[in-house]
Amino acid sequence: MSAPVPPGTGDRRRTRGIRAALGRIGAIFVKELIQLRRDRITFAMMAFIPLAQLLLFGYAINTNPRDLPTAVFVRDDSIFARTFLTALRNTDYFEITAVARSEAELDALIVSGAVQFGVEIPAGFGRDLIRGERPAILVVADASDPTATGGAVAALEGLGASLFARELTGPAAKLAAGEQPYEIRVHRRYNPGGETRLNIVPGLMGTILTLTMLIFTALSITREIERGTMENLLVMPVRPVEIMIGKILPYLAVGAGQTALILVFARLLFAVPIEGSLALLLALTMLFVLANLAVGYTFSTIADTQLQAMQMSFFFFLPNILLSGFMFPFRGMPAWAQYVGEVLPLTHYLRIVRGIMLKGAGLGDLRTDVVALAAFTLAAMALAVARFRQTLD
Amino acid sequence: MRPEAAAAGEPAAGPDVVIDVEGLTKSFGGRVVVDGLTMQVRKGLIYGFLGPNGSGKTTTIRMLCGLLTPDSGRGTCLGYDILTQSDEIKRHVGYMTQRFSLYGDLSIRENLEFVARVYGLPEPRRAAQEAIDRLGLANRAGQLAGNLSGGWKQRLALGACILPQPQLLLLDEPTAGVDPKARRDFWDEIHALAGEGLTVLVSTHYMDEAERCHEIAYIAYGELLAQGTAADVIAKAHLATWTVTGPDLAALSEALKKTPGVEMVTAFGASLHVSGRDSARLEAAVAPFRARGTQAWRRDEPTLEDAFIDLMSRSKDNFG
Ligand SMILES: Nc1ncnc2c1ncn2[C@@H]1O[C@H](COP(=O)(O)OP(=O)(O)OP(=O)(O)O)[C@@H](O)[C@H]1O
Ligand SMILES: [Mg+2]
Repeated sequence: MSAPVPPGTGDRRRTRGIRAALGRIGAIFVKELIQLRRDRITFAMMAFIPLAQLLLFGYAINTNPRDLPTAVFVRDDSIFARTFLTALRNTDYFEITAVARSEAELDALIVSGAVQFGVEIPAGFGRDLIRGERPAILVVADASDPTATGGAVAALEGLGASLFARELTGPAAKLAAGEQPYEIRVHRRYNPGGETRLNIVPGLMGTILTLTMLIFTALSITREIERGTMENLLVMPVRPVEIMIGKILPYLAVGAGQTALILVFARLLFAVPIEGSLALLLALTMLFVLANLAVGYTFSTIADTQLQAMQMSFFFFLPNILLSGFMFPFRGMPAWAQYVGEVLPLTHYLRIVRGIMLKGAGLGDLRTDVVALAAFTLAAMALAVARFRQTLD
Repeated sequence: MRPEAAAAGEPAAGPDVVIDVEGLTKSFGGRVVVDGLTMQVRKGLIYGFLGPNGSGKTTTIRMLCGLLTPDSGRGTCLGYDILTQSDEIKRHVGYMTQRFSLYGDLSIRENLEFVARVYGLPEPRRAAQEAIDRLGLANRAGQLAGNLSGGWKQRLALGACILPQPQLLLLDEPTAGVDPKARRDFWDEIHALAGEGLTVLVSTHYMDEAERCHEIAYIAYGELLAQGTAADVIAKAHLATWTVTGPDLAALSEALKKTPGVEMVTAFGASLHVSGRDSARLEAAVAPFRARGTQAWRRDEPTLEDAFIDLMSRSKDNFG
C-alpha cells in the first residue's frame, strides 16, 4: 500500500458536510438557470404553452354548451304546449332543430346523434294541466357526455310555475302561484348517473403542469449526455442527489410561475371560483409540480437519448389524461383502470384542485391525496438517485 | 497497492508513484479494448500516452479517474484505490476530455464559476477571475464557450481543469486541431505545471509532443507495447534505418516494399526512410539499390515515429 499523496497544505476547500453539499447544489442550480434563460425558445414556451392550452381547451371544451340541437314531438296543440316550447328556446340551451311526428322518429334522432335532446309533450297536456293533474313532459337527454347536458337539464327544471302565469286564468289561476303545475321527467340515456361535473379548467391546470414539468426534467440528463457534458459533470465531486436537486429546483420556480399564470387567466377568462384557501392550493400545486419533475428526472436517468426521454414522457402522460378522471368520470371506469389511476399523480391532484377550488375543501379533507402525492414524489426521486449512472459503463 | 512482481526493468513503485495500475482490462460488448495494462507514473512527470485510433487511450484514462469500471485489474491513483475510492480521486484529479465538455451555452466566466463552486473553492468568483486573467481571456470572458475557436476552447478546458488545483492532470488529446504556435504555448504551460509538482498524463498523436514528454507509453489494440523515455523506446525497437534522397523515390519505394529484409518504407517529403529490424539483413537487401547510384543513401538514426510505426505493424502481425 503506497501512502496517499497528502492534499496540498493550503487546501481550504470544503468537500464534506451540508454546507459543501448546498454549495454544489447551488452550483448546478445557477448553471441550470443560466442555461434556461439563454434557451430563448424554451423560455418562450414556458409562458406560451400553458396559455395556449388554457385558451384552446378552456374554450373548446365548453362544459356548459348552449344551443344544443333538440327535437320536439308535440302531441298537444294547446296554448300551453306552444308557450312551453317558446320558454324552452328562451333558455338558450335548446335549439329546436327537428320536429318529430312519432315516438320512433324522436328516438331515431337521438340514437343517430342528430340531436342531444328529445322533448315529448303528451296528448291532452293543456287539458290535464288546467285540471291540475300535473301532466308529465318527457325529456330524453343523450347523457353520454354528462357535462354537456347538465346545464340544460338544470335550466329546464328551473322554468318553474310562473311559466304559464298569463295563460292560467280564472279558476286555474291558483295553479300558477303554487307548485309547478306540470312534471318534467328527464330520462338520461347512456350514462344515467351523469353526476360527474367535469370542471375543465381546474383539470386543465393539472394536465398542463403535468406535460410541461415532465418534459423539462425528462430532457435534463439526456441533454448532458447528448452534448457530451456528462463526462465532465461525472468527473466532478458532485453526488447524484445534489445533481438532482440542483436540476429540479429551477423548474419548481418555473412551475410556480405557470401556476400563477393559469390561475389568473382561469379567473379572468373563465371566472373559475376558488372556494377554499388559495395558499393551500398553491402549496399543494407545488407538491404536484415536484412530483412531475421527479418523474421526468427519473425518465431522464433511464433514457439514453432525448428522444427516448420524450417518448417515455408521453407514455406516462397519456394514462394521466385518460385514467385520472380528467377525461372520463373516475367512478365510471372499470376497477383495474381505477387502480392504475390511483398511482398517477394527476388523479390525486385533480381531487385536490377540484376540492379546493369548487368545494372549498381543506387540508384535512384532502389528507389521503396529499399523502399519496408525497409518497409518489419520494419514490420517484429515490428511483432516480438509484438509477443515476455515475460511470460511463 | 504495489504490484508484488513488477515487470523486469521497470522502476519499483515508491511513495512518489502517482499512478500505479496493474492488469487493467476493459471490454465493450465482448471486444477487449484494454488488455492487461500495467503502468506506473511518477510524481512531477509528464507522461505521454500514444497509440493509434481506437487503441484504448481514452478508455484507460477513464478507468484511471473512475469514469469506467475495469473488468479486472487493480491499482491506485494518487494513492486512492481506483475501484473503491473514485470520490477521492475525483477531488484531486483534473480530467480534460477528448471532446469539449464544458457548457457551450454558458460564457467562459460562468463555466469557470460553475467549476469553482462544484469543487467548493472558497471564493468562486475570484477564482474564476484569476483563471480568466491567467488564460488571457479577460476581454472575452462574457463570450459563450460554444462560440470559441477550437484552440481557445482547449485553453479554456485546461483552465477549468487546473482551477481546483488538482495533483494529477489527465489530458486526452488536448491539442487536437490546435495551431502550432498555440500548441507550443500549451506545452509550455504543461511544463510549467509539472515544474510546480503536478503530474501530467497526456495522450497525443503528435510526435513532437511525444518528444516533449519525460516518459512515454505506446499502446496499440489495448496492449502497452513500449514504455520509457523517447530514447529508450527508440533503442528498444532495435531498428536500422537508411535515409534516401534523390530522384524517382516513388518507384524506389514500391520496389523496396517488395524486398525481403525491408520492414518499413516511409516517405518524408523529399526523402525516404527505409527501416528493418535486422541491421545486416537490411544492409544486404538495400545493397543492389545503392549500387545503382541513382539516389544518395545515408545510414541514419531511427526516429520515434519509425519506432511507433514498427510497433504498430508488429502488433498487427500478432493480431492477424
Ligand atoms: N462506451 C463504449 N461502448 C462501446 N465501445 C467503446 C466504448 N468506448 C470506447 N469503445 C471502443 O473502444 C475502443 C477504444 O476506444 P478509445 O476511445 O479508448 O480509443 P482511443 O485510443 O482513445 O482512440 P482515439 O485516438 O481515436 O481517441 C474503440 O474501438 C471504441 O470504439
Ligand atoms: Mg481517445
